Amino acid sequence: MEKLNKLTPYERLEVVRHKGRPTIRDYIPLIFDEFWEMHGDRLYGDDGAIMGGIASISGIPVTVIAEVKGRNINENKDSNFAMPHPEGYRKALRLAKQAEKFHRPVICFIDTPGAFCGVEAEKRGQGEAIARNLMEFMRLRTPVISVVLGEGGSGGALALGVCDELAVLENSIYSVISPRGFASILWKDAGREKEACSIMKITAEDMLELGVAEKIIEEPFGGAHNDISQTAENIGEFLYKTLHKKMKIDIDVLLNERYTKFRKIGEFIE
Amino acid sequence: MGLEELFNVVKVRLNGNDEEKTEKDDSAVRVPDNMLFKCPRCLNVIMTEELEKNLRVCPECGYHARLTAPERISLIADKDSFSEFDADMLSANPIDFPDYAEKQQKLRESTGLKDAVITGECTIRGEKCVIGVMDSRYMMASMGSVVGEKITRAFEYATENRLPIILFTASGGARMQEGIVSLMQMAKTSGAAARHSDAGLLYITVMTDPTTGGVTASFASLGDIIIAEPKVLIGFAGRRVIEGTIKQRLPDDFQSAEFMLEHGFADMIVERKSMRRTIAHILKLHKTGGNA
Ligand SMILES: [Zn+2]
Repeated sequence: MEKLNKLTPYERLEVVRHKGRPTIRDYIPLIFDEFWEMHGDRLYGDDGAIMGGIASISGIPVTVIAEVKGRNINENKDSNFAMPHPEGYRKALRLAKQAEKFHRPVICFIDTPGAFCGVEAEKRGQGEAIARNLMEFMRLRTPVISVVLGEGGSGGALALGVCDELAVLENSIYSVISPRGFASILWKDAGREKEACSIMKITAEDMLELGVAEKIIEEPFGGAHNDISQTAENIGEFLYKTLHKKMKIDIDVLLNERYTKFRKIGEFIE
Repeated sequence: MGLEELFNVVKVRLNGNDEEKTEKDDSAVRVPDNMLFKCPRCLNVIMTEELEKNLRVCPECGYHARLTAPERISLIADKDSFSEFDADMLSANPIDFPDYAEKQQKLRESTGLKDAVITGECTIRGEKCVIGVMDSRYMMASMGSVVGEKITRAFEYATENRLPIILFTASGGARMQEGIVSLMQMAKTSGAAARHSDAGLLYITVMTDPTTGGVTASFASLGDIIIAEPKVLIGFAGRRVIEGTIKQRLPDDFQSAEFMLEHGFADMIVERKSMRRTIAHILKLHKTGGNA
């Protein structure tokens, strides 16, 4: 049954950038019974753009790792508009390894315009940090489930996106570069953002079709901000079901399935 | 071996064994004004002939200019030892990007390449290995489905056959014309690298000019040993993007091989004239290890 509130790709971009779009800070108390935040990468510092900790969902202990969009200017100052530095990705990896040790599933929430582009990020190895996560999450011996909450921007999103199952909120987008960046690089005209949205295949439906995501989580009419509790309930239900499914699978089988999920993506002729 | 002598060896290799070379005119694609070469690092203008005689290394500052993939293979692999994998793989158009097919057709004609990476098997001073070489002439060696698939298969072949793998990286990043599919190649190649590593096998990355974006943020940064050529550009974000953010010019050596070494992201910087010898030695030193 086709829903009536289907938005165009550009409208969805506007929805996810809407000031009232719920963030991980809104969702955590609604989805989890408890959450204990853990800080630091043990190497350099503590990045506010990625938060992580131990939580429980309907009695199941899990590790939560999330990109943090701010709800106001002060929160955004602390979280750098959800653009992580290398220490953010390294904190994520540290917590994921901790989860592996204690056989806890990992739940990643993706919500970023992209990894931060700056001098310090380069000095501390932004490329290496993302690469390391891709490699280590691929062989992490515990279930990993990822959810795109709003923006899934490029490698900065993928660094939390190597998982057994990816869900995308109905209006979320996932892309190799921002539509603006796409237009500016390929057409030398950032103004053609709208057009870029329409051809880039960035919507939740596109992700299902391309084999990038397995599930679309429904949003209330008009977007997640119209009913945060309902959205949180939908996310929670997906997580609970998927956790049960994935925790039953032998870990070696699960790792093979994870590898195959990404192995299959690509279109070529031979 | 003196440089002049080495160049002669290279020249013999380049002219001797390469089917890849026969159908194209390299000088025509490299620079429009093919008599002169402006060094992007020191900005000196030198005669292309001088550059070629010097293995395409800037005689003024030591910048290691780009090589084509066939040139690189000739320089590294034992003569006649290279056999190519997936030579006919072509990209499709996963997001139906306008003119993508046409653009590639033109590039195929002008470069003789099918996409931005050549992979295969060879020996280096007798040591068997899998090798992959990216070629920046082809859409700035951006990684789309073909690059991702060929690199992944190269890792898988190396894993199955218990061989070391050497990848010469160069890339502008993800192939944006393939949308999200190109982003996923980062995960795919990194996963294949993980499996090769889990089998206890050696992976050497050689970062050449330019290694950036999604390739830096995936398999390029995952080598057991990371070698860089002198003065080449290596980084994640585009220099202009960062300059735009901080509103000031970055120092010349920002995102260079030397910058990577200083900050702990490369093991060694190796000059082109010593690359083959260095890799051969490292391969020999790993011969007895690696029992899965
Ligand atoms: Zn120079």
